[in-house]
Parts: sequence; structure tokens; C-alpha cells
Amino acid sequence: MTYIAKPKFQHPGIKKNALGYSHRDYEGKISTLCAGCGHDSITASIIEACFELSIEPHRVAKISGIGCSSKTPDYFLGNSHGFNTVHGRMPSVLTGANLANRELIYLGVSGDGDSASIGFGQFAHAIRRGVNMTYIVENNGVYGLTKGQFSATADRGSKSKKGVTNTDNPIDLVGIALQLGATYVARSFSGDKKQLVPIIEGAIRHKGAAFIDVISPCIAFNNHAGSTKSFDYVREHNDAVNRLDVLTGRDPIEIDQDPGTVQIVEQHDGSRLALRKIDADYDPHDRLGAMTFLQKHAAQGQIVTGLLYVDPEADDLHSHLNTVERPLNRLGAADLCPGQSVLDKINASLR
Amino acid sequence: MSQQAPLSSVNDFVVRFANVNGSGSASANELFARAVLRHGVPVSPRNIFPSNIQGLPTWYEVRVTEAGHLGARGGGTDLMVAMNPQTWDNDVAGIVPGGYLFYDSTKPMPSSKFRDDVTVIGVPLTAITNSTYSDPRQRQLFKNIIYLGALSALLDMDPKLIEQLIGEQYKGKEKLLSSNVHALHLGRDWALQNLKCPIGLRIRKADKVGDRIFIEGNNAAALGAVYGGATVCAWYPITPSSSLAEAFTNHCKKLRHDPDTGRAKYAIVQAEDELASIGMVVGASWNGARAFTTTSGPGVSLMTEFIGLSYFAEIPAVIMNVQRAGPSTGMPTRTQQCDLIACAYASHGDTKHVLLFPEDPAEAFEFAAAAFDLAERLQTTIFLMLDLDIGMNQRLCRPLKWDDAKQYDRGKVMTADMLEEGRDFGRYLDVDGDGIPFRTYPGTHPTKGSYFTRGTSRDRYARYSEEGAVYADNVQRLLRKFQTAQDMVPRPLQANAAKPTKYGVIYFGSTAPAMDEAIGLLEARGHQLDRLRIRAFPFHSSVASFIAEHDFVYVVEQNRDAQLRQLIVNENGIDPVRLVPILHYDGTPITAQFIAASIGTHQDQIKVTPLRKAVS
Ligand SMILES: Cc1ncc(C[n+]2csc(CCOP(=O)(O)OP(=O)(O)O)c2C)c(N)n1
Ligand code: SF4
Ligand SMILES: [Mg+2]
Repeated sequence: MTYIAKPKFQHPGIKKNALGYSHRDYEGKISTLCAGCGHDSITASIIEACFELSIEPHRVAKISGIGCSSKTPDYFLGNSHGFNTVHGRMPSVLTGANLANRELIYLGVSGDGDSASIGFGQFAHAIRRGVNMTYIVENNGVYGLTKGQFSATADRGSKSKKGVTNTDNPIDLVGIALQLGATYVARSFSGDKKQLVPIIEGAIRHKGAAFIDVISPCIAFNNHAGSTKSFDYVREHNDAVNRLDVLTGRDPIEIDQDPGTVQIVEQHDGSRLALRKIDADYDPHDRLGAMTFLQKHAAQGQIVTGLLYVDPEADDLHSHLNTVERPLNRLGAADLCPGQSVLDKINASLR
Repeated sequence: MSQQAPLSSVNDFVVRFANVNGSGSASANELFARAVLRHGVPVSPRNIFPSNIQGLPTWYEVRVTEAGHLGARGGGTDLMVAMNPQTWDNDVAGIVPGGYLFYDSTKPMPSSKFRDDVTVIGVPLTAITNSTYSDPRQRQLFKNIIYLGALSALLDMDPKLIEQLIGEQYKGKEKLLSSNVHALHLGRDWALQNLKCPIGLRIRKADKVGDRIFIEGNNAAALGAVYGGATVCAWYPITPSSSLAEAFTNHCKKLRHDPDTGRAKYAIVQAEDELASIGMVVGASWNGARAFTTTSGPGVSLMTEFIGLSYFAEIPAVIMNVQRAGPSTGMPTRTQQCDLIACAYASHGDTKHVLLFPEDPAEAFEFAAAAFDLAERLQTTIFLMLDLDIGMNQRLCRPLKWDDAKQYDRGKVMTADMLEEGRDFGRYLDVDGDGIPFRTYPGTHPTKGSYFTRGTSRDRYARYSEEGAVYADNVQRLLRKFQTAQDMVPRPLQANAAKPTKYGVIYFGSTAPAMDEAIGLLEARGHQLDRLRIRAFPFHSSVASFIAEHDFVYVVEQNRDAQLRQLIVNENGIDPVRLVPILHYDGTPITAQFIAASIGTHQDQIKVTPLRKAVS
């Protein structure tokens, strides 16, 4: 792609957030993805979430693997550092980056091939370690970038564009994330921005491993009849268990439904999640219950979406490692080097 | 008894302890080596621990060498301490004629189990132990100290020096201290009363150790990482590198916790595999921390995709490769210098990487610390090329030194202030002509200096581009940067022969002590050689000039394919005929005998028909 500078002119009446930034300040380069690709909608939701949360764009590190999905960090938060790493290895790079500087916000973007196929191991281990991050999988059931081969999230029995039926069992990343101890787990749909934006906001505000599986249809290779990741199929089978609102600062809580169905969850940083129940049986604090619920509904062909699990008391890898508050990348020789006097003692003990 | 006269030697012999792994022998054996050092006599010990042989054998070979030859001597054992019944036959066979066999004589053994050309020394170790101790664990541990006591009498060692060492080891643990000293004397007294002491092999006090220290290369490299300011370590266990990461962990626990809060000024992650280890290193370095991983050959193979990313996207990374015999699992507990090509050109596409070759633990410490400066200055992968021989054996070396005035070289990093001043930031812009661009850390400035890091081709301002000219411009700059590295890495060290000579020898790493000793042997045969010890890749210009100044240069290395020689030929365009490979690759450490014999044979041929004429 060639570099296209966007016009800097902004309308004076344009909406600004608490930092005085407009939407434009959260945008990136122009997308080179296929028009109508689900991934672009997710990009828009990320921009919206960061705008709404009044995040300083440059305090976000955007890290991805390889794939159409992994290209997207170039298309949002143009003033953030981004890192398009190698296929399937975003989680390890993000983990290392996070260890180096605990003060930034870490946004990991990946695809279903990137995370469930080649990078399944790294996905699992980053979750296990409780890395403080928002890990988004833009899940289309295929390898978009390499032209439509099945990925490991493709449902058994779903048909490829060329008419081949997938005979392998699918990997449900949400189920795995729950099992491996992710402390914020959600599923959403690229076509449902209303649901997705607050889910991303909650994840960014979450301290710990937050995982979001976003079904994101591939217009070019997986949006036909027989696919279980097409726009039509997902709309028909979407089973949302709740609706989320993220309340920051002193936002009054508006409850426009039966108050009994709204649950307020306060996270570490003081942000509050207002969860409006849709499915009365669903309890997002019950990890085991969530796993059973998901499996039951998957067996019925339903795609369960919403905030599926949250542990507001979660902690992260830095707390496990008991690292200092100051980012490690800011420590210098005076902090790190014990000096010759200590070396003298070490030498003496080695004689 | 034998027709062969028993060996007689003072401060110059090889003792080999044959033990069963897990019997607690390691600390007793190390105590023996240190006790010899306390006599002012240098030793060079080596652990030999096959990875998959019945009976869990381990051997600890101690070369006692007043002359200070720290390479392996080779050529059999002078005194075998045979404590492993499973390896008995081989152990007995490995004794030189006239040598000594020390064994536990509690159970009678048929005479066919012995040799008549070695002196057999039986001590009823089990009987002595069992009559003194009832606890099985104590029996096992003290048996080792009892044999040490007996050896001290047989070799005429000063027991006070051993007691002193035990005293230092168990300082504040009076009960353990006195019971160890008691066990020592049990063995010693038994030997003095029942055997002819001393035997022909003896330790005599000397003054040849000086202020040198006794340390494993992996431990020294780990300290180098602490001193060099590493804050992130991600690793996956693999022999012979695991003890490096473990040593780093131990040093950090002692040296890197905030005294007020108790919190850690480091993060160590045991990753799920080597892909993740190097990924974390790349991520942490990208974000401005000093990060490293430790591994061995198979791990390097797994890391190669990331190494290409580090090279092309210009992200610092330090990889400490403790080499072992490959390919594949090869001989995982044996030493080789066999990953030079794999590391120098690791990854797909056109890539080249900096390699550092320490010769001993002291250099391992220095180079490990320097690796972080180099990685950040050059914004690329730096390999610290250790091997099992240096890494997992204690080696006598000069004390570790640190200049307290030294600041870390964090390389070209553009700060928020510099950006504010309006400095032009192009992530891949060669501003100084040295091929090294500026980078920014993520989170530096709200509107300036951010860029998108990728392994894909891009222009000087980090903008995606597949233009041929843009790609070529970038990879040519990378080559320029590699040339810049030549003058930054440790220079080769040259030592000339006493008399002018047309012949030279190039060597590196753990071959150094054997090479130093071999020079003496060769001189005794009338062969004079100038020496050049290479300490890094890319090669400094002095390598080419050294070769130009000599008719023939031997290249001594511990691999089959003459990998250093290949690199020299390839990178410096040298006529291969001028470089004679001397190759040792059976997994044992190279010896002076081997080098002297191989080079000597060549030199003798040259004397018969000058090769210069033969080829011209
Ligand atoms: C090591 C390696 N193997 C293969 C590829 C080729 N490759 C690029 S993207 C991709 C699949 C991407 O699929 P997914 O993560 O689902 O992303 P999508 O394009 O569908 O968004 C593959 C196989 C690669 N880049 N690297
Ligand atoms: S190929 Fe599919 S995933 Fe890739 S950009 Fe096009 S629609 Fe999106
Ligand atoms: Mg995909």
C-alpha cells in the first residue's frame, strides 16, 4: 500500500473526549482489507472504545501476528507504536513487551489461524500466565490472507467456498481461555458494534488476561451458504446472554430496564461494568457454569455472545513476579548493576 | 604385581572419580579440586555425564597441573577412584599403565576384575561408613567424604586446608561442619594406618594459583547478564544451558531486589518453548528493556524465524548459546563448537549475525555484559557462543572485574525531548553513515516518533513498501551496519612465536587452553607458530592481515565441517588452500596432544616438501 496522509482539517463542532481528542486522533492508516471485511468493523470498534475511554493513543502498544486480521493495527491508533510480529507469535512478543514496561496498555490482535492453528500454544500460555492485555481474535474460520483455507476454528461440517466440507473438530478459543484461567472472557460479532465496543472497553480496563473472540466474517472466502462464520449464519445463531455498559468516572447509571436484571461489577481501576442480563440463567462469575453453558449451546448450534466471564479481583503476571512498580525499561546501571564491591565478595567466595 | 613401575609424579597427574549420579559425590569431588587449589596448585576439572547410559554414571576428572594447563590432558587416568560398579570394567581399562586404582574393598572382588599393571588401593569404605553411621542418607554422603580423607593421605595433602574449606562451606552450621571433619579423618586415619602413604602421585604446596577464581562459565555469563543490566530473561530448559538461566535467577534473588519494598528489578519467565523465549526477548527489547535467552543448538533452530525478524526489523536480542554436539539431539551432554554457521547465518533470506567467542568464564562474564551494549548499539541479535566445556565446568580464571564508572550504552534512542526539538525521525534512516538508525521506545511522545514495526519491507520512514530500490537500499544499509560491527566487537588477540615464522594458527573459544599448551609441545618439536585467537564475528580486518602475513594458517576448531574456516573463507574471500583445518569433533574437549600431533604431522610434511612449491 502507499502512504496516504489524511487531511488534518477537523470540523470545529466535532465531538471530543475528556482529553480533547476527537475520533480522528484514534484512527490509523487507510485499511487495505477487502471492502466489507468484518475486521474493519472491529477496527472501528477499537477506535470507538479507545475514544470513549479517553485513552492517550501513544500509551497503547498494538501487537499482532500475521494475517489480514493482524494487519489491522496499522489502521487504528496511528500515534501508537505497533508491531506486526511473526505468524502465531504475538502472545510471546506481547508478554515480553509487557514485562519491559508495565505502564502501557497492551492490545494484542490476532486471527483464528494465528491463534488457534500455528499459535495455539502461545495463545494458551499467555492466557495461563495472566499477562495484563486485551487479546482480540478476529475469527473468520479461515486463513484470509492465504486465500481461504480452513482454520482450526472452522466448525465441523461447514463448507468452504470451493465446496469442501471440514471434517476436523473446531477449537473454541473462548472455552480454552476459560479453562486456562483468563479473567475476562467475551465473545462478540463484528457486525454488532453496540455489543462489541463496551466489551473492548471493559477488557482494556481489566487488569489481567482479557480475551475476546470476535466472529468476523471473511467477505472474500467465508461468507457463503454452508459457512458457519458468514454474516447471515452468525446473525441467525447469535445467542447474546447479556449486554454490557462500561461506566467510567462519575457517569450516572442509567437503568432503562427492570433493575433486577442489571448487575454492577467494579474492576480494579474503579471502572464499573453494568451488565444487563438477557439470559436470566447466565452468571458471568461462574467459570465452570460458563464452560458448561457454552458447550451445551454450541451443541445446539448457537453462538453464545456477551461478557461470558469476569473476575474483577484478578491480578497479572507482574504481580506473580513481584516486579517493581517502575517499568523495567527505565531502570539504569545504578538500579541494576551491583558494582565492583559485590564482585569482590563474589570473587572471594570462588577461591 | 606388575612389571610396570608405579607412576610417580608431583602436581602433574589426572584423577578421575567414577560415581553414580545422585550419590552426593559432586560436592565431595569439588571439595577435592578446591583442596588442591588451596595448595597453590592449579586444577582443571571436567564433568562427564552421558545422557542415556545404564547405571546413571557421572565422572569427574581432575587434571592436577602445576604448569597451569587448563585444557583436558587426554590419554587415560593416572588415579581412578572407582565408585560405580556398573562402569567398573571400562573404568579399570581407562587407567594408564603404572597408574592407580582406588576402590571400595568392603566386598571381595575376583582377581580377574583387576589389572596387574596398576597399583590397587582397597579401602573398605562401606564397612567404615556403616560401622559409624546408621542413617542411610548420612551413610551415602559421608562415604564420599571418607574417600576424600583417604585420598588426602595417599596424595600427601595437608588436611588442614581441607578442614578450612569444610569450615567455610558449613560456616554457622557447627554440627554439619564437625561431622564432615570427622568423616574426613575417619578415611584419612584408616589410610595412614593401613596403607603405604603417600603413593607415587603427590600434591606439594606451590604458589601457582594466585588471585584466580574457580567458576563455571554459565555462572560467570549469568553474572555478566546481571552486571550488563539484563532485566528480562525468557528461557526453555536444555542442557547445557539451563544452569545459566538458573544461575541468573539465583544471582537476581540476591542482588536485584529493592531493599525497601523487596520487589524484583527483573522478570524471568520459563517459556513454553524456544519460540516463545525469543519472542519475549524480542518484545521486551522492542520496548526498551535489556533481554536475553539461554539455549543450545536445537533451541537456536527453533528461534530462527524470530532471529530474522530481529535482524530485519532491527530489534536487539541477546542469545546465549551453550553449544553441545549436534545435529539433532546429537550428543546432548558432550561439547562441540558446532553452531557457528547455524548462528552466523540464522534465518531465511540474507542474514548475518554477531557472534562472540569467550575463551573462559572471565571472558564469558565480560562478553555477556558487553552483548547487551552491542545489541542495543547495533539493534540486532548478538550470540554469546559458549559451549559445554566452558559452561558446565569450573575453570580457573582471572577474577571478575567491573568498572564502576561504566554507563550502559543504550544505543541510538530518540527521546521525547529530541522529538520535541524537531529532530527528523526516520526509523530506518541512516543519519550517521554507520548504518545504524535511531529508534524510539513505545509510549515516548503523544504525536511524534511512533512507527509500525514489521518484518515486511519498508522505507526509511518505516512505511510499507515493496519497491525494489527501497528494499535494496534497506538491506544494503544493514550490510553497512554489519561492517560497523566489525570495529565494535572484541578484537582478535595475537601472540607471536619466539622466532619469526611463516606459519600461523587461528583458534577460538574453549580451544584456548589446549592451544596454549600445544604451542609449547610444538616448539619442543621445533615448530614455531604465530597465534591469533578470534573473539568475534564479523571478523576484524586483522584476521585477513594475519592470514596474509603467513604462508599457511591452521584453523583449529571443535566441529567436523571446519565452520570457522568456512566463515573466514566466505566472508574474507580467502583462498581455502591457505587455511589448514584441524578438527576435533568426538564430543570430548580438544586436547593439546591432539593439536600438537595434528599440526606437527602437517609441519613435518611441509619440511619434507615445501607446500608452497607443491601447490604453485
Ligand atoms: C511461518 C509462516 N507460515 C505461513 C505463513 C503464511 N500465512 C500468512 S497469514 C496466514 C493465515 C492467517 O490466518 P488468520 O490468522 O486466520 O488471519 P486472517 O487472514 O484470516 O485474518 C498464513 C498461513 C506465514 N506468514 N508464516
Ligand atoms: S480476505 Fe477475507 S479476511 Fe482478508 S481482508 Fe478480505 S475479507 Fe477480510
Ligand atoms: Mg482467519
